[in-house]
Amino acid sequence: MNIKEYIASGILELYVAGSLSEKENEEVHATIQKYPELLEEVASIEKAIVILSAAAKKDDSYSFADIQNKLQDKAPKVIPISKPKTNWSQLSGWAAAFIIGSVLIYTVIQNNNLKTQIATEKQQLEEQIDKASNSLAEAEKLIEVFRDKEIISVPLAGQKVSPNSYAKVYWDKKTNAIYLDAKGLPDPPKGKVYQLWSLKLSPLTPTSLGTIDTFTADANKIFTIENPNESEAFGITLEPEGGSESPTLEQLYTLGAVSASP
Amino acid sequence: MDLELLILQFQKKDVKAYEKLYNMYCDSISGIVYSIVKDNDVAQEITQDVFIKAWNNSDSYSSKKGRFFTWILNIARNAAIDYTRSKKFKQSKQNLNSDFFVDILETHQSLDATTNTIGLKEFVTKLGDKCKSVIELLYFKGFTQKEASEELEMPIGTIKTRNRSCIGELRTMLGV
Repeated sequence: MNIKEYIASGILELYVAGSLSEKENEEVHATIQKYPELLEEVASIEKAIVILSAAAKKDDSYSFADIQNKLQDKAPKVIPISKPKTNWSQLSGWAAAFIIGSVLIYTVIQNNNLKTQIATEKQQLEEQIDKASNSLAEAEKLIEVFRDKEIISVPLAGQKVSPNSYAKVYWDKKTNAIYLDAKGLPDPPKGKVYQLWSLKLSPLTPTSLGTIDTFTADANKIFTIENPNESEAFGITLEPEGGSESPTLEQLYTLGAVSASP
Repeated sequence: MDLELLILQFQKKDVKAYEKLYNMYCDSISGIVYSIVKDNDVAQEITQDVFIKAWNNSDSYSSKKGRFFTWILNIARNAAIDYTRSKKFKQSKQNLNSDFFVDILETHQSLDATTNTIGLKEFVTKLGDKCKSVIELLYFKGFTQKEASEELEMPIGTIKTRNRSCIGELRTMLGV
């Protein structure tokens, strides 16, 4: 082996850095055993790195005494054998005082805890009432939408991947809004989202209406989406998080065409 | 040869040998750890943990696997990187920019103005960006040459030779 070339290859620098594989490390080690002059080179590279990295420290050096203390903390403690004499009457006096004191403190703490507990319960109750009235208002709004005769309803039927799925699109052409009822879709797997597409049929041109990122979190599974397109059909596909440029047709969950005359 | 003997004694739980090795590498290790966690107190704690770990697991070191310094360096980098992945770190350093070690050297406020430190500052200021990043990744971050070549979008061979010439410059400057 040509030692000079071996050194010039830069492998020893990587050896010191720890960037080589286990196998390469063993090979370098064996080569050094064979050619001791390599050891000098390695030691010198190591020295340069030790100096360079030491310059990046901020504090003064940490003393070895701290390490020794930490190690000793873990060693078993020595227990003294001689027993000191005990003044029992004094001790029991202190003990009684301590117990009474602790009971007193304990009661005060308990009392305080109960007070805060009542306060939080009250607050939770108020929040629940607030929430209930909110969702009632939402439900009323939805009923209004469904009853409006101007609104086109498009059922989307389950497709090959998920025949049991279904969804419904309510399309308000006046306001260009879509209400998607997606209760009939399973929760998307992790890392995937549903994406709604507006489709033109001839030729087939899909336009993304966006992904449904809040699917799992949403309780009633009704989503309001803007749709300025002259859609002829709607489809829902399962796409990787963030959505796709064009629909993955193998993952088409539901599909439905808009009936010709509204 | 001395070093080999020292390591052997260290593995036999000789505290004196332990202290010598500690004094040899403590500053370097704390520099590496600091450059990753960028907090004095944390760096001190991790550095001490690293040396205690090395002492408790001294049996697991074998010269076949590499240099003793490299072994400790690996323990240190892993411990520091583990810390940066912890919740505690993420909360405290949300907006931390990823300084290079060279930035730490260049903005060093330390009063310990030995010739080496002054020379090093000048040296790293003069280093090309590619030298800086190669040294940073290989020595301070513990990248393999493959990972470094992917990160810097350079062929593996280039990483190897560039690193060799960068370390060569450093050695000339330090006279080692």
